[in-house]
Amino acid sequence: MADLTSNFAGIRSPNPFWLASAPPTDKAYNVERAFKAGWGGVVWKTLGEDPPIVNVSSRYGGISYNGARIAGFSNIELITDRPLQVNLDEIKLIKRDWPDRAVVVSLMVPCTEASWQRILALVEETGCDGVELNFGCPHGMSERDMGSAVGQVPEYVEMVTRWCKQHTRMPVIVKLTPNVTDILAPAAAARRGGADGVSLINTLQAITGVDLDLMAPEPVVDGVGSHGGYCGPAVKPIALRMVADIARAMPDLAVSGIGGISAWRDAAEFIALGAANVQVCTAAMHRGFKIVEDMIDGLANWMDDKSYPAIEDVRGRAVRNYVHWSDLNLNYKIVARIDQDLCIKCGLCHIGCEDTSHQAIAALRAGGERRYEVIDAECVGCNLCFLACPVDGCITMVRQDTGASVLTWDHHPNNPLRKEQAA
Amino acid sequence: MTDIGDIAAGRLNVAELAANFADSHPPLSPAQSVVEANRCYFCHDAPCVEACPTGIDIPSFIRKIATGNLLGSAKTILEANILGGSCARVCPTEELCERACVHTAQEHKPIQIGALQRHATDWLMQRPNEQRRIAPFVRAASTGRRIAVVGAGPAGLACAHALARHGHDVTIFEMRPKAGGLNEYGIAAYKVADDFAQREIAFILAIGGITIEYGKTLGRDVTLGTIRRDFDAVFLGLGQAGVKALGLPGETLSGVRDAIDFIAELRQAPKLRVAVGRRVVVIGGGNTAIDAATQARRLGAEDVTIVYRRGPEHMTATGKEQEWAQTNNVRLRYWAAPTRLLGTETTVTGVEFARTRLDAEGRLTLTEQTFELAADMVLKAIGQQFVADPLNTDPAEDVPAVRDGRIVVDAERRTSVSGVYAGGDCVPGADLTVNAVQDGKLAAASIHRELIV
Repeated sequence: MADLTSNFAGIRSPNPFWLASAPPTDKAYNVERAFKAGWGGVVWKTLGEDPPIVNVSSRYGGISYNGARIAGFSNIELITDRPLQVNLDEIKLIKRDWPDRAVVVSLMVPCTEASWQRILALVEETGCDGVELNFGCPHGMSERDMGSAVGQVPEYVEMVTRWCKQHTRMPVIVKLTPNVTDILAPAAAARRGGADGVSLINTLQAITGVDLDLMAPEPVVDGVGSHGGYCGPAVKPIALRMVADIARAMPDLAVSGIGGISAWRDAAEFIALGAANVQVCTAAMHRGFKIVEDMIDGLANWMDDKSYPAIEDVRGRAVRNYVHWSDLNLNYKIVARIDQDLCIKCGLCHIGCEDTSHQAIAALRAGGERRYEVIDAECVGCNLCFLACPVDGCITMVRQDTGASVLTWDHHPNNPLRKEQAA
Repeated sequence: MTDIGDIAAGRLNVAELAANFADSHPPLSPAQSVVEANRCYFCHDAPCVEACPTGIDIPSFIRKIATGNLLGSAKTILEANILGGSCARVCPTEELCERACVHTAQEHKPIQIGALQRHATDWLMQRPNEQRRIAPFVRAASTGRRIAVVGAGPAGLACAHALARHGHDVTIFEMRPKAGGLNEYGIAAYKVADDFAQREIAFILAIGGITIEYGKTLGRDVTLGTIRRDFDAVFLGLGQAGVKALGLPGETLSGVRDAIDFIAELRQAPKLRVAVGRRVVVIGGGNTAIDAATQARRLGAEDVTIVYRRGPEHMTATGKEQEWAQTNNVRLRYWAAPTRLLGTETTVTGVEFARTRLDAEGRLTLTEQTFELAADMVLKAIGQQFVADPLNTDPAEDVPAVRDGRIVVDAERRTSVSGVYAGGDCVPGADLTVNAVQDGKLAAASIHRELIV
């Protein structure tokens, strides 16, 4: 059985599945249930200074896609709305009762050194395993110059991180906002500030939808709405890219992957692109804590199947294959192949190619029977038909032996700035 | 023999009857419809469309359900098939669109096209005219042309609606007191529950320009000759007025009845007053046999058997219909043909059957082996036939050519007589509502071209 023990920024947990700082980790009751269900760790919902913030009613928005609920999810909730001491007392008890689990506390206070120093001392006293600086929340708090308002300015990220490292012995994790042009800038700033690791992504600024009767953005609060923070399965590709960018540029920086992780396969992908562990929220909010059982079981089974003994053997394994476009081989050639025995004659391969791509799939009738055939000379190997085909294995993309050696854009004759091939 | 003549109404109470004759296949909920609609691949050159006799753009109407555009969905259906609501209920979809559905090839689980079609058309028809906001179909300015339609069944109604849309004035001559043809008189009550047939007719007639003259029988109250003179064109949607007889001894005994009459009575009379035998034998292999037998069970008959002279694969009733009957505890017996109706001097007591088989040439033959089934009621469902006599009442008039018992028509549903068109069960082709609608639609297009262009 694969060893799922994870070590992120020096914080150990029995498995890499943590609950992200969010409603599921808002109080001891939830966290107790999560640990009973098997979660490896939690990042406690963000603590701030008293008096607590006040939340609105009508807090979440969801995207249903083709009947599937919560394919995307947004919230306009703020940090914890409970008094600081209540949270600290509960954290202390939880950590006492669950010593093998990771308990990290998310923090967000105004951008003054005294504020950070004061709260760090209180949090350290709980015996928790580390802190996560919430530089990501893109709604409500950011308008009070906290959250992503800090995360979007690398200098602030570095400054606050440095304060925290000076005022605590605990590992410091910086949670990054994706609402930036270049994720490497705040990541590098966190590293300069001495962060033990970064976690990403926090939510994306978004409007999940518009209520067309009320003519108001969702979630609607008394007839109006503000933008929220978007997450859930829909944001996973965005999160994967940002995690991979950091892993490629800063291989020494510990990364906790967050964003649309709903199942073990998602986690495996984040870990392969460099994450040491993963954090989950939306999937748990949708289906409850029990989902972790399959996450653990599925990841272990997959690792056994692939003979990966431990998380560290998977971590970053795909990073070396994450290259820049200019490193791609322009002489690589694939074409679509249709297995006529599996074809159910839906015609989606044809119509997509015909209307929107390369006119490389002919729609034929053979004795009245529909038949779709690839025109090799027109097929550029774009994958569209392969992606659209509803039958697994019916369309495959098959490599063509062109006999040509590897040729990248850097050396391509069409590139005015081409480099000469090494002799 | 205390069983003799055990035919009675009211075997079940009102509540039981109401439950037994309620909608047999309740509609999809809005949420179910969206999930089902999202299963559809929106195929290019979709096989289901080709399999629909009226060529409904099925992927488009399903997509419109998925996106919440139910008005558009219903219009897409009704544009091709104005009786789309009926067809959603009575079409043998498993033989047509759903058999062709690519999901059938992929996983033997087609999109529930019929159920989705019902969802969209119900949505429209459940709204009063004024709430439809955009009337799905609007009548063009009157052309002053007058067209006679004989028979207010699906073919005649479809033809009339299409002509009315073009602005022509249509008069329908209907021999019965109600319109709808077999939809109103010839199919099981639970297939078109809640008076759907009449609600659909009201929807069709709402376009205006259509007058129905009830109680007008061709050959008795009107003749083809007179209506040809009085109108610019004539469409014959005569259906099949004749019921085939067994031609066996004892056929006139009390308790022997045509299944189609039994079905009609069930549609027109309160169920509590429809009499049914305790033991019922139904002879035949079509949907009429299934509808009669299943409804007999649901009226409270204890023991119902359908006997068919060939095998299950030869029945015109689909496999799904046969299963439906069996689910209702109707026994199906195959490869047996009736030879004699047994009875007292006045009353039927059973039927004698001979087992059948195919001979070396593949012809059906009766064997020496016989068996008897006791019955208080025998329902004959061996088929209906077109009756041409009403067309022939005036020797001086031209009469449409009839071949193999049906009116001969061309691709545009023109008969051999100029200006006379025909469609539905009185012309060749499958005897399905959906085919009748297509006939009416094609004839209307042809008539319009003839009159206007």
